[in-house]
Amino acid sequence: MKAYLTRRYKFSASHRLHSDSMSDEENRSVYGKCNNPHGHGHNYTLEVTVAGQVEQKTGMICNLVDLDSFVQKNVVQHFDHENLNVLADFSATVPTTENLCIEVYNILEEGFHHASVEKVRMEETMLNSFEYAGGRELRT
Amino acid sequence: MVYLTRKAEFSASHFYHNDEFTAEENQRIFGKCNNPNGHGHNYTLEVTVKGQVDQRSGFVVDLKQLKDVMNREVIEAMDHRHLNKEVAEFRDRIPTTENLAISIWNRLKPKLQVAELHRVRVYETPDLFVDFYGEE
Repeated sequence: MKAYLTRRYKFSASHRLHSDSMSDEENRSVYGKCNNPHGHGHNYTLEVTVAGQVEQKTGMICNLVDLDSFVQKNVVQHFDHENLNVLADFSATVPTTENLCIEVYNILEEGFHHASVEKVRMEETMLNSFEYAGGRELRT
Repeated sequence: MVYLTRKAEFSASHFYHNDEFTAEENQRIFGKCNNPNGHGHNYTLEVTVKGQVDQRSGFVVDLKQLKDVMNREVIEAMDHRHLNKEVAEFRDRIPTTENLAISIWNRLKPKLQVAELHRVRVYETPDLFVDFYGEE
């Protein structure tokens, strides 16, 4: 029986939205106050959705301990209290929350093998959220 | 097609244990959820149904009927209950949130004549939930 399990995590990080391929004026016009050269920060809420068959013996899609320890080590500790712009993940891309979602999805897809990664959803603020499912259409 | 979601809350206790596992295996796999005295959660259930909007009523579903079915089939059966001991499906199945979502789907599906069931979502805590869309 296939089911979907979602777990929420939180971390805080700073970023500045600025693209070297645009002039300073264009950057200011496209990114507005997010282009402030000193950067700014957010409390991000991450939702990781995994999918799989519910194993008959355990009643679980995957053991939460495995999911938690993977996400804590490879995502939360990696991004928490960091400046996203200086991380290697964003050496070639602007650390928008769209790109952050894609990075997190790729980290999970490459390293987490206890269940299949269905979707990553990231809340940047209570009013903004972004979803990425590896380029697939969303389930709902 | 329009989707409508109705929420409900219930509180219940449970513990995770499989007789086929040794005591050590149960402890290793289920951790503190294996405590034989049980523990409890405030569950939040979200039931999503889908359908065409009826032109005359503007409704996808008669909400009162949906609420009645949810109350009768789920809330009255599970609220303030010990899931392992008092809910029939869990005598021989571990009441994980995954199995709870499947069980709630199976309880609602045959009773919902008013609209098509799309998704059952069960929150065990605000930071953990399971979605079930029926057998695929």
